[in-house]
Amino acid sequence: MELSKDPKIVIQDFDFYYGNNHAVKKVSFDALGREVTSIIGPSGCGKSTLLRCLNRMNDLIPETKAQGKILIDGQDIYEASVDVVELRKKVGMVFQKPNPFPKTIFDNVAYGLRINGYQEKSEIIRRVEQSLRDSALWEEVKDRLTDNGLSLSGGQQQRLCVARALAIQPEIVLMDEPASALDPIASAKLEELIVRLKEKYTIVIVTHNMQQAARISDKTAFLMQGELVEFGATKDLFTKPTRKITEEYITGRFG
Amino acid sequence: MIHKFREKLIQIFFFLNGLSVILILGGIFFLLLRYTWPAFKEIQMAEFLFGKFWDPTAYVKPAYGILAMLMSTFMVTVGALTIAVPLGIGTAAYLSDVASPKVREIAKPVVEILAGIPSVVIGFLGIVLVGPVIAKLTGTTNGLNAINGAILLSVMSLPTIISLSEDALTNVPKSFQEASLALGGSQWQTLILVKIPAASSGIVAACMLGMGRAIGETMTVLMATGNAPAMPSKLTDPIMTMTSTIAIELGEVPYYTTHFYGLFAIGLVLFIITFIINMVSDIILHRYERQTRY
Repeated sequence: MELSKDPKIVIQDFDFYYGNNHAVKKVSFDALGREVTSIIGPSGCGKSTLLRCLNRMNDLIPETKAQGKILIDGQDIYEASVDVVELRKKVGMVFQKPNPFPKTIFDNVAYGLRINGYQEKSEIIRRVEQSLRDSALWEEVKDRLTDNGLSLSGGQQQRLCVARALAIQPEIVLMDEPASALDPIASAKLEELIVRLKEKYTIVIVTHNMQQAARISDKTAFLMQGELVEFGATKDLFTKPTRKITEEYITGRFG
Repeated sequence: MIHKFREKLIQIFFFLNGLSVILILGGIFFLLLRYTWPAFKEIQMAEFLFGKFWDPTAYVKPAYGILAMLMSTFMVTVGALTIAVPLGIGTAAYLSDVASPKVREIAKPVVEILAGIPSVVIGFLGIVLVGPVIAKLTGTTNGLNAINGAILLSVMSLPTIISLSEDALTNVPKSFQEASLALGGSQWQTLILVKIPAASSGIVAACMLGMGRAIGETMTVLMATGNAPAMPSKLTDPIMTMTSTIAIELGEVPYYTTHFYGLFAIGLVLFIITFIINMVSDIILHRYERQTRY
């Protein structure tokens, strides 16, 4: 599948509220296909909230309100006619804490396929293997596919979650601080994986680790108190930020 | 020094509390054994367990078989679970996953209050409400039979099943649910394929405890099942459970006769059955706790 470097996700004047709490304020930026876009900012700046708007996971929380537009392939995902289930098949997600199901490694990856109507056994087996290879886990688990997913180490669990997300062939993969619960080695492995994945997928990652954002992303958005402070090529944002507050944050003067 | 003494005193106080519970339980078991023992001087164990006839007051040849009672208890219990398990799990799933927080806040206590309705009231409803309906539907005279007992017992075991299953479902980590939804799973698929399997040991334990309640229940079945000490062959037959037999006969039996001891033997069988059920459900519950702690 050839992905162009056209805007895959367009965020336009987007606001998000939890009750009266205005968590995301008039944010606008684009994420391109075959790129990694990272969202950084201090705790509570709304970066996870914004990410979870991209596949409408925030719908699960009562009394929230979204305003403005988020276009994916030109389609506003907050329009009433949008089928959230279809949206989430297209926009996969990896969470902060590894959350494999208490099922076997194989069944974890096959779950998404099964609920999406795959019945051919050979097809499921093929796709599970492919996803595990894509998430660089295959070599480690190929002899123990029937072990419980929870028996893996933290880093392996997180890559299993990536494999699970990839199995249904999404176009976009959202990652919510995917390395924050991992040790440095597992974290480095995951970063490598993310860089490789952008060949095929559009990736948006939230991280509070600025070195990580600098290492793996093409574009970076810096959020503070729900507002977009700065957005641009990662290289530029980290070397010559245009706003003083950005510079203060990336040099670690607060955060 | 005084402080230390007080600590010690409190310790002893709570130790005695715990000890007394164990002593009482042990005492009950011992008493049951003591009064059961003499029964088997006269009754063959095989006749007791597999004999179809319970007729201890027969003039010529008294019979002490409890198979009909075992069968009766089995029928109402299985019948009750057949109704209560699907209904209970369904209600629990509704409360944990579908109902709005407001509905849940009201419904859950209401369900738990249901557990507090005295069994005699349920039995009364069985006679005046359920009985006539069953009589009309099945063409029996009064509708006091196994079906009636099963329906009433299902009502009585529902609160336990609903409340504990709901707890088990609510305790499934939210991250499982999120993972499933993020993969494009519908709410229904998430419930059936992720949440219920993850909560399965809790749900099974809930059903076992509900079953324990159904087996031990006396007043309700005594009132609503007809009390015919004969081998039941179908659900519309009147039955007499182990509990009803003890309740009816123990008040009138001459003390220290084989009949008297035989009733204690029934009690012991009942005790063993409920003990096993409670133990199994406890083991399952603990396994479930270990599993969710990861």
